[in-house]
Amino acid sequence: MDEKLKNELSKQGIFTTTLQELYNWGRTNSIWPLNFGLACCAIEMIATTMARYDMARFGAEVFRPSPRQADLMIVAGTVTKKMAPLVVRLYNQMPEPKYVISMGACAISGGPFKQGYNVLKGIDRYIPVDVYIPGCPPRPEALLDAFMELQKKIDEQPLTGEKRPRHLNAGEPSEYAVPRYGAHDLEPTKNPNLWKAPLVQISQAGTDESGSH
Amino acid sequence: MSTATLPTAHFDLEPMTGPSKEQLLELSMGPQHPSTHGVFRMKVVLDGERVVRLKPVFGYLHRNHEKIAESETYLGSMPYTDRLDYMCSITNNWAYALAVEKLAGIQVPERAEYLRVITGELTRLQNHACLIGFLMQDMGSSGTPLMYAFREREKILDLFEALTGARMMCNYMRFGGCRVDLPDGWLDQAKKVVADFPRFLDEYEQLLVSNEILMERTQDVGVLSRELAVSAGISGPMARASGVDYDIRKVDHYSIYDRFTFRVPLGSHGDVYDRFMVRLLEMRESVSILEQAMRAVPAGPIVDPKMKIRGFRPKPGEAYGRIEAPKGELGFYLVSDGSPNPYRYRVRPPSLINLTVLEDLCLGRNVADIVAILGSIDIVLGEVDR
Amino acid sequence: MNLEAIKSEIEANVPGCRLELIANPSPSGQHSLRTGAEHAVAVAVYLRDAEDLRFDFCSNVTGIDWPSREVSEKVKVRKLVDGVEQEVEEIRKTTLAGSLEVVYHLFSVEKKHGPIVLRMRTEDRDSGVHLPSLTPVWRSAELQEREVFDLFGVVFDGHPDLRRLLMWPSFTDHPMRRDYVGPDDYEYEPTAHDEVLQRAQQHRSEADETQLGEAEGR
Repeated sequence: MDEKLKNELSKQGIFTTTLQELYNWGRTNSIWPLNFGLACCAIEMIATTMARYDMARFGAEVFRPSPRQADLMIVAGTVTKKMAPLVVRLYNQMPEPKYVISMGACAISGGPFKQGYNVLKGIDRYIPVDVYIPGCPPRPEALLDAFMELQKKIDEQPLTGEKRPRHLNAGEPSEYAVPRYGAHDLEPTKNPNLWKAPLVQISQAGTDESGSH
Repeated sequence: MSTATLPTAHFDLEPMTGPSKEQLLELSMGPQHPSTHGVFRMKVVLDGERVVRLKPVFGYLHRNHEKIAESETYLGSMPYTDRLDYMCSITNNWAYALAVEKLAGIQVPERAEYLRVITGELTRLQNHACLIGFLMQDMGSSGTPLMYAFREREKILDLFEALTGARMMCNYMRFGGCRVDLPDGWLDQAKKVVADFPRFLDEYEQLLVSNEILMERTQDVGVLSRELAVSAGISGPMARASGVDYDIRKVDHYSIYDRFTFRVPLGSHGDVYDRFMVRLLEMRESVSILEQAMRAVPAGPIVDPKMKIRGFRPKPGEAYGRIEAPKGELGFYLVSDGSPNPYRYRVRPPSLINLTVLEDLCLGRNVADIVAILGSIDIVLGEVDR
Repeated sequence: MNLEAIKSEIEANVPGCRLELIANPSPSGQHSLRTGAEHAVAVAVYLRDAEDLRFDFCSNVTGIDWPSREVSEKVKVRKLVDGVEQEVEEIRKTTLAGSLEVVYHLFSVEKKHGPIVLRMRTEDRDSGVHLPSLTPVWRSAELQEREVFDLFGVVFDGHPDLRRLLMWPSFTDHPMRRDYVGPDDYEYEPTAHDEVLQRAQQHRSEADETQLGEAEGR
């Protein structure tokens, strides 16, 4: 609808909208995160919900203790291999529509602990992630920025067509395979439907060519 | 009711005197639970509401710090020590720097010692404040004490950010001193924060100390006897609340703590209330140490001028260095074989060892008491699992 | 606190034990006492209960892995060289057997002195990894000995509850050992160099093949 016409009408007290805008407006402004912090980034997440960088004013009013009542899982902190099956199980228990923010370097790709035998190199190996926040730990403002990114992303989701979100698409799965504890490592080490090793041009050490893809 | 051993199933002919196996409930207070201590799991066996057995499960945040340290240089492990007890990064750095200084015989100049004490005691202040806040939140007063505590913590984190560049992972200590000197005006700002702190403590005490719900829920809950505390290696405020008069600042005479007069609060009951009170009183003592230290900061270098970090290879040998961290005795054990990387790097985690007695404290109590007891032990999972 | 004096006192009071004083060359001056496995508990009880020692606080229990290593030394040997007996230098290699070591740091809360470092070695790193547990003496060793069992593989006899502490129960390796090879899941490393670069390239070529295979299969 024409913007000017919309403004004119709204001045007269007639509000026009589309179903998509209304639907997305309701979802964006009341995303309830799951009370789930793993490590140091959890303390910055808590600081974001405290009085100084209040996250409640963005709609994350209550942090739900149970995954059955939450929309958003902020994976804040290092995901270890011992914890990974539990994170995936929690994700499976969340009802659609659900989103994941991967907060901190450890949740993105293992972070500073990447060499560890017990460290999962990124939670996106097993569950789909919507927003990544780099940082170690990211500042509370960065978490707020990521939250707003997520809100923008939800706002732009159409209700029909190719790009419709997962919960409106009967073909997409909403639960993902939970890894098992093996003798030396998790089995499987990654979910091949979700994560493929990116084919980045790896530069040779000592040359000037930087990676490009 | 005897709760020492798990009873076997009864036959119908015998009168029911205790719970049978079918009446017991095994609950997993799992790695994700609303109490914000992190990914810690307790397998609790309950008879109704009473705890019959409690087995903690660790390792959900085992990040292989010790193994990574064997492939890093000595200085390369310093940022990793930030992430051990992630609420108090500066005291972790201090303990590690102390251990390496013992290993290699490095001296620390005066000004650096004062800076260490000032930043260390500020860390203790914000840790104890947040701990009390978290304890209150776990017991149900959702939000308010924690909000007040985080308000003070933000003031202290602003100081750390101005000094070191980071709010939480400060990476401030170096072997032989500190990384960076005070910027202009930092000391005045710090003095203002410390001068305001007793007002916050008064407010906190007024709200909490005589609070009936707090007293009902914490007095005589989780009583730790003095003998068990010493035998189980409990250290820090948890041990002092049980009457163990052991504060490493007074015993080891490390750094320049001998120059400051401060008292060590001791509890007599060893219950959750005592641990909470000991921490409140320790905050007051920390404020006193800070006032004394900030009056007398000398000029001078902040790092030992003879210390060369490039090609730092301590002679073969070993050293165990420990400090009084806010959570207890934090120690680092380093074995060197003359190479730039440590041969063995071990963190002595106070949080893990303080959890040795968790089952003893919780047996026979209700489920709700477990939360209060766990909150009073003051654990941070980064340190428990490393 | 003279370690020599303590050593002789313990040897006098605990019949049959033989302690070895291991000097620590670093400036920390924390020398240690090594005890054998049979008398370890008796030595520990003496350290804890003796009137002048009273080491009632076991602060730190940790393990160290000493893998077997080859030592080569030059030896002068009399040998027949061209029919004439001469002294010739030969290089003789001996293999020092590896072992796992457990180190205890003890302090005294009552007397406020310490630390005393107590050490024990296992026989080897394969099957002879049993050591007596000092948990009955100091309760603080309970969780820390479990960790040494988990990460190094030392089996503590007499421990009330010896299970893995940090890794999951079906894990089979002992990760802190020096010869542990971790799982290779570095499929993507943005600034790879040296061996990580080689592994990343190998992973990439494997991924290329599987992708190619999928493309052909379609």
